[in-house]
Parts: sequence; structure tokens; C-alpha cells
Amino acid sequence: MSDAPLLDIRDLGLKAVAGPLVEGFNLTVERGEMVGLVGESGCGKTVTALSILGLLPHPAVQVSAGRILFRGTDLTTLDEPAMNGLRGNRIAMIFQEPMTSLNPIMTIGDQIGEVLALHRRLDGAACARETARLLDMVGLPGTSAQQGRYPFQLSGGQRQRVMIAMALACEPDLLIADEPTTALDVTVQAQILELIKEMQERLGMGCILVTHDLGVVADICDRAVVMYAGRIIESGKINALFGAPMHRYTRALLDTIPGANPPGQDLPAIPGSVPPPGERPSGCAFTGRCSAALDRCGTDLPPAINRADHHVFCWNPAS
Amino acid sequence: MSALLSVRNLVKHYRDRDGQPVRALNDVSFDLMPGEILGIVGESGCGKSTLGRTVMRLETPTSGSIRLGDLDLSRARGGKLKAARADIQMVFQDPFGALNPRHSVETIIGEPLIVHGRPDRAARVRQLLDLVGLPQAAARRLPHEFSGGQRQRIAIARALALSPKVIVADEAVSALDVSIQSQILNLLLELRREFGLSMIFISHDLSVVRHVSDRIAVMYFGAFVEYAGAGALFDAPLHPYTRALLSAIPSVPGKARPRHLGRIVLKGDVPDPANRPEGCPFHPRCFAVRDQCRTTPPALAVQTGGTQPERLCACHFPGAAGPA
Ligand SMILES: Nc1ncnc2c1ncn2[C@@H]1O[C@H](COP(=O)(O)OP(=O)(O)O)[C@@H](O)[C@H]1O
Ligand SMILES: Nc1ncnc2c1ncn2[C@@H]1O[C@H](COP(=O)(O)OP(=O)(O)O)[C@@H](O)[C@H]1O
Ligand SMILES: [Mg+2]
Ligand SMILES: [Mg+2]
Repeated sequence: MSDAPLLDIRDLGLKAVAGPLVEGFNLTVERGEMVGLVGESGCGKTVTALSILGLLPHPAVQVSAGRILFRGTDLTTLDEPAMNGLRGNRIAMIFQEPMTSLNPIMTIGDQIGEVLALHRRLDGAACARETARLLDMVGLPGTSAQQGRYPFQLSGGQRQRVMIAMALACEPDLLIADEPTTALDVTVQAQILELIKEMQERLGMGCILVTHDLGVVADICDRAVVMYAGRIIESGKINALFGAPMHRYTRALLDTIPGANPPGQDLPAIPGSVPPPGERPSGCAFTGRCSAALDRCGTDLPPAINRADHHVFCWNPAS
Repeated sequence: MSALLSVRNLVKHYRDRDGQPVRALNDVSFDLMPGEILGIVGESGCGKSTLGRTVMRLETPTSGSIRLGDLDLSRARGGKLKAARADIQMVFQDPFGALNPRHSVETIIGEPLIVHGRPDRAARVRQLLDLVGLPQAAARRLPHEFSGGQRQRIAIARALALSPKVIVADEAVSALDVSIQSQILNLLLELRREFGLSMIFISHDLSVVRHVSDRIAVMYFGAFVEYAGAGALFDAPLHPYTRALLSAIPSVPGKARPRHLGRIVLKGDVPDPANRPEGCPFHPRCFAVRDQCRTTPPALAVQTGGTQPERLCACHFPGAAGPA
């Protein structure tokens, strides 16, 4: 059992009334590994992350296919009490906007204490000590004054640190961070990313970092998965994936980044827009915008092409 | 060449809920040349939007002057202010919030033309749709029928309706996906090429600002702390804060990180205007702080070396070595 991957998602499908949202999604995450999940807004990153935690908006979005194996157990078959036992305990999540996930009328000390009481059965002095240790660990002074503050008395960066402290309270095996720094200034983003990376390494957690920012992924992930319109189109080790992208979409995304271009010159734009759920072609959803599309691209699902540390779904890959 | 817009010693103070002054903008001066794009960067709360809104006269300045041609906008009122507003227009981050959801695109884009009594509205709206790359069929539709990028095109078309000389773009591409962001950046650069439009381009995203700007001002606590040509600022930042900001930009994927951009992770939080430190306002977070910094605020001074355009920096020890 112990050599099974920490997380093994097989052929996951998610659907809503409008149509399929995510299809044929495969992903493994090992202990101690940081995997980036990237793609433009609406491609299905958040619903995929929520499905792992059993937090899909019910009944709007449902699992339509596949399995989510966490240490060998299929999470899609667990009932709510069993899922509750894992969530916040073995699997933890950090969201983009900490304000909406923190309780506005409870002090941060009490909120962290609640997690410790629920999952680790700590109370009294032991709970207070552990709360202080966690706050210290995420770079907030663990003083009682700090513990007595309410979320609105903290800055965005401080709130995100509290969220991280709560997520780490039970030393989870798997951490899922959905755009954890998107609402923060670059300076604070750098602090928070460094903190997440350090904690991930120290605790040996597997981590999925969901983001639209390829630069962030390049800086802290070991591996990344690029999604487009609900499907993985390319994945691999960071150097292989970003150094020699094989899918035209990945390549176009990298090329259009301002920092990759001479200042002041036109950026290589990606024409058109992403097809919404329900309007995706039966083949590759990028076909209409692709510079190298073949006749069958729009109608037939592209095959996987596997190289060392690098996988692409394409009929006509670059390089 | 003389400046199109000359801002001198501009100050804007607000009051917070307890009536205490919030010094959002402190003594900002700059010239904007015809066709120039001035980038404004800095962390949230440093006063970027206040600068944009005050220059636009959406806020009344506490003191200072804003010269646009022969007119001092800071004191203009009534008809003169209205006339001047035709020359300086703004584009915001959230195009949806800025567009009336019940009005057709035609009405939204044509509104400034009505307010300013301009003739041939229908023809001008058609021309503007073309200019920003929207189909003519868009005219009759409502804002919610468009994607984020298209809505930003609508907002830009409206800002261009009166053929302004200056556009203030406040986080205009910040909410857009990178592929859409580049379409809008290309549009703004094209407008500058075609019409010699000047821009004050405000963004917290430094690599976007680097891409579009000729000059860049770095703001901290309501003031410029460094002001330089975009290339010079990025290649050789002088203020420790600028260096820290640049070092926090994520890498360009697939490219090695430039050596001088080794990470400087700043301690502490984005500054709180209610809590202004003594001396240099940056000193509590500065990696090169010395005694003088704790007591004496540095002036924004011309740096030696005779670079053109001139470089300004507010630091007692500009170019100080980074943290060990
Ligand atoms: N509650 C919901 N009901 C129906 N569709 C939804 C719901 N939440 C998300 N979706 C759809 O699922 C797709 C993926 O959304 P999401 O996972 O939020 O994308 P991302 O996080 O990549 O921006 C989008 O097309 C979105 O409209
Ligand atoms: N109308 C207002 N009343 C009181 N304080 C304000 C007002 N607008 C902005 N501020 C304060 O002024 C400072 C600068 O804000 P702003 O110009 O919006 O910064 P930025 O755009 O750089 O994030 C902040 O501390 C903000 O809270
Ligand atoms: Mg999302
Ligand atoms: Mg602002």
C-alpha cells in the first residue's frame, strides 16, 4: 500500500447542466512533491480541486466518471462523515480569499484552536501552546494579543498566513492551494509562496498549487499540468514542460507573457477565445485557435504522446 | 518638447472614519510628454489610484497643481473643468462595474459625446467599435453579453470617444487572463502609435508596466521613491524598495532568472497609512537600513551620472548592496 502514490486521480469527469466541465483527468501526486495545476480562468482548475475534497457545489456540479484514490481509498465512494474525517486533517485546502473562509466573528486563536480540538483532541493549555507554535511557524507572532485578533484586523497577507496555519494544524499529507496568492501584492506573494514551499518540504506533504500564473509554477513546482477547456493538454517536469513545450497552447501561453517579449512591441496574441462547456468540439478544444491544426484535430480526441518526464495530447505536436 | 501634463507638489489627504487624516498622496511631481506612457507601480494602498483619480479631478486635490495645456486643473471648475475632462479619460480594472448593465454598448460608448454635445454620434460610435476591434453588431448588445476582455474594449472605446490627449489606465488589464491581457496591451500600444496618446499606466504588475512604459515611477507611502526610464529602472534599480519589488516578480517560465534579480523577500506587510514610521517610510522593511534612515526622511533627489531622462531616487544610500 505504501508505494501507491499519495493521490492518484484516474479518468475523472465532472459535469454540470451546461455540459461536461472536466473530462479524462489523470493526475498523481507523490509525497513531498509540489504539482502545479495551470490554465486560464474557466478551464476547470477549481472544480477539480474541490472534487478531491468532496466540496463540489451540490447539486450543480457532479462527478460523472473516474476515481480519486487517496492512499489507496477511492474518495468518490466515501460518505460525508468519512470525508469530514479526512478534510482539514489528512487533506487540507487554502483558498484565494481567506476572508471568505475565515469566520469573521471568531478570533484567529479560537479558530485555530477549534481545528486542533476537532482533529487532534487538544484542549486547554496544550491547545494554546500549539496555536502559538503554529502562528510562529507561519511568521505571525504567536502572542496572546495576536491570538485575540479578528480576521478584519489583519491584512490580506496576514489572513493568508492564518489560513496556512489552520491548514497545517494537522500536518496533512496533501495540501491543495487554490490561487493562494492571487489577491496579494507581489512582495507578499513572494513571502507566502516561500512559506508554502518551506512547509511542504519540512512536512514532506504532497501539494497541488492551482494558479493561472505560469511564473509562480516555474518558481516553486516540481511538475505541472496544463489544462485547457476541461482537459489536460500537456504535463511534465517544469524544465521539460516550459523549456520545450510540445502543445501549441502551452507554447502560445508562454510566448504571450510580457516579460518574455521585447518591451513596447506587440505581444504574440492568441486569437479567439476558449469554447465554454457545452460548445466544445469532440476533438481537441484548442483546434479553432491552433496554428498547426490538422483536419482530424476538431473531431478526434488527440492521443497521448509520452516522453521522459513530459506528456502531451496532440495530433501534431511541436518538436 | 514641452510637457502635455505637468503635475507639481500634488497632495491628497482623506479622512478616515475617526476623522484622522490619511495622507494618501504626498507631494508628487512629474511631467507627462506627448505620446509618453508613464508607469506607476507600488503595493496596494500606496496611493496609485488616488494619484490617477486626483489627476483626473475625480478628487479635489488638497494642494498642488495639475497643468494641462494652459489650464490648472487643480483649480478649474464648472465649464472649464468639463471641457478639460474631454482631454483626459480613465479606464478602470473592472470593466463590468464601470459599464451600466442596462445600457446598450452604443449608448455607453456614445454617452460622453452627448454630455459634451458632439455631433455625428452614430458615425463616431461605429468608428470607435472598429478602433477597439469590436464587431459593429456589438452596438445593440448589453455589457453582460461580453467576455471580460471585450468589456475592457468597450470601456476603452468610451474613453476614446472624445479623442482625449491623456488616458489614465488604473489596473486596466489586471483582472484579465494572460492571453486576453496581451490583446488589450497590444491595443493600448497601437492607440499610442496611431494617435500619439499619452498614458498614465497604473498597475501592481511590474512586468506589464515594464512592457508598456517609457518611464516608471515607484510609489511608497503616497510618494515617488524612484523615477527613471523603464529600462534603467529594471536593469539597475537604485532604491532598495525597487530592488525588492523587482526581485519578487515571478520568473519568466523557461528562462533563467537574471542574476541581479536574486530574491529579496521583504519582511513585514504592505504599509499602513495610519501608521507612518519616522525617518524614511521604508526603513522598517529595508535590508540596507542605517541609523540616519530611522530619523531623517530622504528627499527625492536627482542621481548623478547625467542619465537622460533624469533619474530620481529618495534614499540616503541609493544602490546599497543587497542583504547577505
Ligand atoms: N456551481 C457551478 N455550476 C455550474 N457550472 C460551474 C459551477 N462552478 C463552476 N462551473 C463551471 O465550471 C467550469 C470550470 O470552472 P472553474 O473550475 O472555477 O475554473 P477555474 O478555476 O479554472 O477558473 C467553468 O466553465 C464554470 O463556469
Ligand atoms: N475615499 C477615501 N477615503 C479615505 N481613505 C481613502 C480613500 N481612498 C483611498 N483611501 C486610502 O488612501 C490610501 C491610498 O489608496 P489608493 O490610492 O487606493 O491605493 P492603491 O491604488 O495604490 O492601492 C489607502 O490607505 C486608502 O485606504
Ligand atoms: Mg479557480
Ligand atoms: Mg488602486
